[in-house]
Amino acid sequence: MSLVLQAAALGILTGGVYALMASGLTLIFGVMRIINVGHGALVILGAYLSFALFRSFHMDPFLSLVVTMPVMFALGVILQLVFIRPLKTDREALSVLVTYAIALGIEGVLGYVFTTNYVELRAWYETASFAIFGFHITYVYVFGFLLCLAILGALFLMLYRTAFGGAIRATMLNRTAAQLIGIDVDRVSALAFGVGVATAAAGGVVFGITNAFNPGSHYDLISRLLTIIVLGGLGSLRGAIIAALIMLVTEDITAVLVSPVWANFVFFVILVAVLIVRPQGLYGVRVRDRI
Amino acid sequence: MRRPVSMIVAGFALVLSACGGSSASTNPSPQAPITIGVSVSLSGDFSSDGKALEQGYDLWAADVNKKGGLLGHQVTMKYVDDASSQQQVVTNYTNLITQDKVALVFGPFSSLLTIPASTVTDRYGYAFPEPAGGGPKVFDRGLKTIFFVQPAAVEDNLVSYTKWLLGLPSGQRPKTAAYSTQDDPFTQPQVDKAKTLLEAGGITTASYKVYPAEATSWDALALQVVNSKADVVILGTQMPDAVAFIKVFQQQHFNPKSLIETTGPDQGKDFSDKVGGATEGVMVPAGWTPDAKAYGNSQFVSEFVAKYSVKPGDISADAAEAYSVGQVVDQAAKKANSIDNKKLIDALHSGTYQTIQGPMSFDSAGKPQGGVGVYIEQWQSGQAVFVYPTTVAGAKPEYPKPNWP
Repeated sequence: MSLVLQAAALGILTGGVYALMASGLTLIFGVMRIINVGHGALVILGAYLSFALFRSFHMDPFLSLVVTMPVMFALGVILQLVFIRPLKTDREALSVLVTYAIALGIEGVLGYVFTTNYVELRAWYETASFAIFGFHITYVYVFGFLLCLAILGALFLMLYRTAFGGAIRATMLNRTAAQLIGIDVDRVSALAFGVGVATAAAGGVVFGITNAFNPGSHYDLISRLLTIIVLGGLGSLRGAIIAALIMLVTEDITAVLVSPVWANFVFFVILVAVLIVRPQGLYGVRVRDRI
Repeated sequence: MRRPVSMIVAGFALVLSACGGSSASTNPSPQAPITIGVSVSLSGDFSSDGKALEQGYDLWAADVNKKGGLLGHQVTMKYVDDASSQQQVVTNYTNLITQDKVALVFGPFSSLLTIPASTVTDRYGYAFPEPAGGGPKVFDRGLKTIFFVQPAAVEDNLVSYTKWLLGLPSGQRPKTAAYSTQDDPFTQPQVDKAKTLLEAGGITTASYKVYPAEATSWDALALQVVNSKADVVILGTQMPDAVAFIKVFQQQHFNPKSLIETTGPDQGKDFSDKVGGATEGVMVPAGWTPDAKAYGNSQFVSEFVAKYSVKPGDISADAAEAYSVGQVVDQAAKKANSIDNKKLIDALHSGTYQTIQGPMSFDSAGKPQGGVGVYIEQWQSGQAVFVYPTTVAGAKPEYPKPNWP
């Protein structure tokens, strides 16, 4: 029994990391109705930026976010301006191709600069732990979870307590209507893309401390992140958080109780069951097809 | 309409393969220079291994040319990148054989690429000595042209380790073992064989889990091993999971008496950098080290160090395996007094060949036979040293493994 509780605790802590990584993806979908399949590559890019700062300046990975998040925000804005904004027709389908190309580009550049060998971010708290009821909880997961809470909290504050957040939500609800009431949706889209990419940097740091990664690590990551936001409801931040926790807790408990081979399968059974009952996902908004 | 077209295509393929088949018997005129073709992974997942293979092959070619060539033929190596792709590796060997008409081919990196590649080389009647494809699936297709140039078939990699454990005095011998392995053709056969041998030797299995090779999170699995409180832990890992398991063991203050991982700890600095100071006592099966007193090894090491400006400890075993492929082919050519592929294949199926990994011979399926087997390496004071078998050991095994720092 204690093993199941440990697995659940681990699932919650690592679920926070996935929630953080998925939050940017769902935000970008919500605002722009595009599926950013390059999000996994951006997470890995964020991890590599922190790795470069660690290697060159011995900068603590969490502290390096002060540098990498603004850089990634700017990169996000530029990517949106150059690659996404020109898509005028058939955005949803074309964006998949364009963002996939971005992912391949990032993978190629990272492979060239850092080689394809696995690397890992190092910090004193990666193996240090404290004991609760005989179970050792690692500091890195706790710090990572706190970072997720802080950033997700800031995202909620931004969305629900600021005028910019209001503009984002208005754009999410109805792009045309938002334009009609004077919201510059192009600007909102660019900034929201930047925010989404900046959260990828934060997710990348925690991912990079807890996992060895290489430029090709984004393929596994993006498939997991996409299933998280589908379960949570495309465009829902709350949904992404709950779905990430469900995914990681289910997988970890299945892995220890039954077998790791079934871990993904059980999660997908839950996903299919939820989608049969709620096709829009846990917190998704049902939209009527435009005629 | 479709059927005639596909029949024409199939007909062409047959004609082409028939034409190609004749190239295997190409026996260049005496003393003419020859080209040896290799598909190497210079990009993709195996890019660092691919580079190491290229270095090993290049060094052998330089050595053999210095000695007057392969049976008098000066050797040029031709490399083509397969991007670690199973499709590309097939295209590459087809082109090397049919377009470039290379005299010989050497193997690529990994079982994954060797399996499809060997189907092509076998079809054209080429001998396929290869340095890195040792999974059971390489040998169970009935091909007679593959020769795996490593000390033991993959499933035997942990046999030496089990012998050492079972040979410990009864008071020290472990009572329980925990196993966790990827479902990879390289890792799982080793772990499964070790489990069978240890169970037969009276060591109880405390936990056994197989996980998908594409898994990205291993913490829950590592927790299960921790909870088993096993005396000995045997893990079928590649680098990322090898590191992840050790980290969780440290976090949970779990100190087994012995820990061995199939891959990861054999990668020198690359491994120690990732796990920080937590290397002491960790074991790994290994076929080659720079210190091994095998045929030509000290010359290989000194030449490699001079040519590529690296420390002996940083030479990849992949490079040594590639070099051994050249050594085996050199001796087989002398034995057959020919570099004709058919004669080489016949020669390689008999006799023993000396390599920098030790002596080896091959059975009818190309599996290495009767060699010394795979050694055990253990991290001691910041570097990996041979600890078993005693004939090659540079140090005594540390047992039980010291606690994590």
